[in-house]
Amino acid sequence: MKSLTKTLAIYSLVVLILAACAAPIQQVAQTPTDQPVETPPTEIRVMTHASFAVSEELIRGFERENNVSISFLPAGDTGSALNQAILTKNAPMADVFYGVDNTFLSRALEEGIFEPYASPLLTEIPPQFKLDPQNRALPVNYGDVCINYDRGFFAERGLAVPSSLEDLTLPEYRGLLVVQNPATSSPGLAFLLATIAHFGEEGYIDFWQRLRANDVMVVANWETAYYTNFSASSGRGPQPMVVSYGSSPPAEVIFAETPLDEPPTASITDPGTCFRQIEFVGILAGTQQRELAEKVVDFMLSVPFQEDMPLQMFVFPVNPNASLPEAFQKYAQIPDQPAELDPELIAANRQRWIEAWTEAVLR
Amino acid sequence: MRSNSNKNTLLRAPAGQQVLWLWILPLLFLGVFFFNPLFSIFRLAGAGLIEAGLDGAAWSRVWRTLSFTVWQASLSTFFTLVIGLPAAYVFARFSFPGKSLLRVLTTLPFILPTILVAAAFNALIGPRGWVNVLLMDWFNLAAPPVNFLNSLSAIVLAHVFYNTTIIVRVVGSAWSQLDPRLGYAARVLGASPWRMLREVILPLLRPAILAAALLVFIFNFTSFGVILLLGGPRFATLEVEIYIQTLQMLNLPMAGLLSAIQLGCTLVMTLLYTRLSARLNTPLAPRLQGEGIGTPHTWREKLLVGGTVMVLLILLVSPLAALASRSVMRLDADRGQRGVVQTGITLDFYRELFINRRGSLFFVPPIQAVRNSLIYAGFTVVISLGLGLLAASALTRRVMINRILDPMFMLPLGTSAVSLGLGFIIVFNRPPIDVRSFPLLVPIAHSLVALPFVMRALQPALLSIPGGLRQAAAVLGASPLRVWLEVDLPIIARAALVGAVFSFTISMGEFGATSFLARPEFPTMPVAIFRFIGQPGALNYGQALAMSTLLMMVCGIGIFFIERFRLRGIKEEW
Repeated sequence: MKSLTKTLAIYSLVVLILAACAAPIQQVAQTPTDQPVETPPTEIRVMTHASFAVSEELIRGFERENNVSISFLPAGDTGSALNQAILTKNAPMADVFYGVDNTFLSRALEEGIFEPYASPLLTEIPPQFKLDPQNRALPVNYGDVCINYDRGFFAERGLAVPSSLEDLTLPEYRGLLVVQNPATSSPGLAFLLATIAHFGEEGYIDFWQRLRANDVMVVANWETAYYTNFSASSGRGPQPMVVSYGSSPPAEVIFAETPLDEPPTASITDPGTCFRQIEFVGILAGTQQRELAEKVVDFMLSVPFQEDMPLQMFVFPVNPNASLPEAFQKYAQIPDQPAELDPELIAANRQRWIEAWTEAVLR
Repeated sequence: MRSNSNKNTLLRAPAGQQVLWLWILPLLFLGVFFFNPLFSIFRLAGAGLIEAGLDGAAWSRVWRTLSFTVWQASLSTFFTLVIGLPAAYVFARFSFPGKSLLRVLTTLPFILPTILVAAAFNALIGPRGWVNVLLMDWFNLAAPPVNFLNSLSAIVLAHVFYNTTIIVRVVGSAWSQLDPRLGYAARVLGASPWRMLREVILPLLRPAILAAALLVFIFNFTSFGVILLLGGPRFATLEVEIYIQTLQMLNLPMAGLLSAIQLGCTLVMTLLYTRLSARLNTPLAPRLQGEGIGTPHTWREKLLVGGTVMVLLILLVSPLAALASRSVMRLDADRGQRGVVQTGITLDFYRELFINRRGSLFFVPPIQAVRNSLIYAGFTVVISLGLGLLAASALTRRVMINRILDPMFMLPLGTSAVSLGLGFIIVFNRPPIDVRSFPLLVPIAHSLVALPFVMRALQPALLSIPGGLRQAAAVLGASPLRVWLEVDLPIIARAALVGAVFSFTISMGEFGATSFLARPEFPTMPVAIFRFIGQPGALNYGQALAMSTLLMMVCGIGIFFIERFRLRGIKEEW
């Protein structure tokens, strides 16, 4: 009988520990609603991708001012978040969706997941960002996918940095570039789109075949390309050029191990070499909280949020009134003439382009 | 199976009816949390597929992907068995210094996110990895001699790295339950060690080997990260194609078709396994503590034990060590002076984990990420052990219905995480079970994967309980509960621990479903690792490595404690 009590005691101990651990989760989850306000705050839900980040202070301020509590839904990466929004469009899980980009934009609009909202802040935003004339999807940030290079490598060899896509096929750059597979990586797709914008539908495959002959390295995702293959990252890989973002050099300074005066990397920003990704925010069709949703969208387009984005998500504000943080002003390079493609064209040809690329480069 | 028929005569209700009662909870669980979301996503994809149709080119691509998937999985499973079976034998039959530690270490690969495993392999055997650097230095070579990342060999190696622990634990646990006297008898009667192995040991171990091989095969069959990150972009399994079709092409019909094919294959393999193992006897009997375990005496035994330990250290432990050592190493020399890498020991990356430098809303101090992971893992262990015990008990009865129900529980292993995740979103979006507010969904998703492991681990142990012991206890006046607690529990406790270790590690390491289901405020350790490694900068990379090292440590300590969680009667050291 002694062993029975012992077993039961151990069992109940385990249950107790688990219960004790679980309790705080619920408490934390409820904190926003525990504020001492007369009317309880309304909950508003924002669906976004896993790269989303924001200052806590900013969100808490917005919540206090409007007596709301914002909850962010788990949704995986951009493709998975968009899938979720599309699959649940008849009973939307959230009120606002943040983060559909110009490569997915047409699909999102086609599926009708957004309802139009002509935010008053749109007047501040330059027209080149506004890709949806009906204002269902409102531009919120942009970033350029550019080739980053290892400054030390090029300086040491006395090698000129390539200044066009054509240059990449020259023999002196043989085996020096790592790119991502456009079928599994969003910067990989963006770079493919830059080559399509530059060489046209007729010429891009030919260019990629020449790039392949010049030993371009292809990997599955940004993380591998940057940390395993790129020579200027902590991984110290074999390739001194990588497809990354125009904001990566300032990030190298901000997240340096030991303080750096100069980033070890820089971007190639010559005309047509970068592809501009624009992200959009929209109100999900069928929301029960249209008024609050509008406030959230306005908040995201307003200067404080726009100024918060660069250091949180390493993207650039679309609102020109927002000023850039110091590290960005010093080290970020914004291309004058990034490649751009009509989102409708991208949506219509995405699959075909990727398949043709796969045949040309991987098979 | 004589002991079983004896046992059944003792039951008050007819066997079939009893079995149904045991099945109710596990079936309800599987129905609500697996078939329900899966079928809703299939229904959606099916409708789209009928609309769109499929051409010949698409079919030939599907066929190409399927045949590669089967080929790499078979190859990987074969090599995992080659490494795992001797290791299982060594762990089951010998004691040697550092045995417990080595067993914990060999389990750790199971929890590591592929992205880090890729980084670890690269640090070891990549073009600039230190194996190559050393070899080039010693033999004055111009090019790196070891060059097999981005190849089929890299895929196989990584699968062996991940899955050897399954063979070691499942087969090792059965081996240690084998009556050592069978072997002695064979030897006394003049059989060579080889003949004894072939004609006595292996036939007895066949159910366990088959079960472990099946688990490993299904894991390899649905492999995703290893293929993408170590095989490179030239290789695609079904799971990789499902991911591309779902998340990049937004082509749900195609993804649904591929998922259905993958699921169908899993079902066929499982049915095959059920048929094969149904014909086998399982004359395992509970062993005394420490029975049949000894220190290696002959030079052959010493060679075997030493060699196995060596292989495990090189293959499984050295990549872990590479990761851990890198997390405390400063490599950030003046990058203008290339080649001259100044190194130093630093705890900066660990310190940085605790600082919310950018005041970010989703910043989570490491302690809290550890806590979130442990909570989810704790619930996973409780759910999967509870349900697994019921299901495994039902499986020990010989009734027809088991042949149908048993394979059903293997299906979650062969299901695409992406498809099932989307199914969860479609089905669970209103109270009482709402993805947005029902935190138990994370351990529930983890339990779907852990359950087959628990069942496979428990079933042979339950079968080994001699009916006579139960009858004796009952005759002496013990209540059914008391019989279970005093006879069954001590005998199955060791197998239950194996199941608990698997549920714990599966939950600790899981990333795919968690990223769909865990709220951003409550990230687990793998989710935190991905947040760091998704941004450029030496500090981010260092923090990702530091967090992974923490993950390994927490997991190692967790496994250590589970194994020390001694119930009466399992004091022996296996």
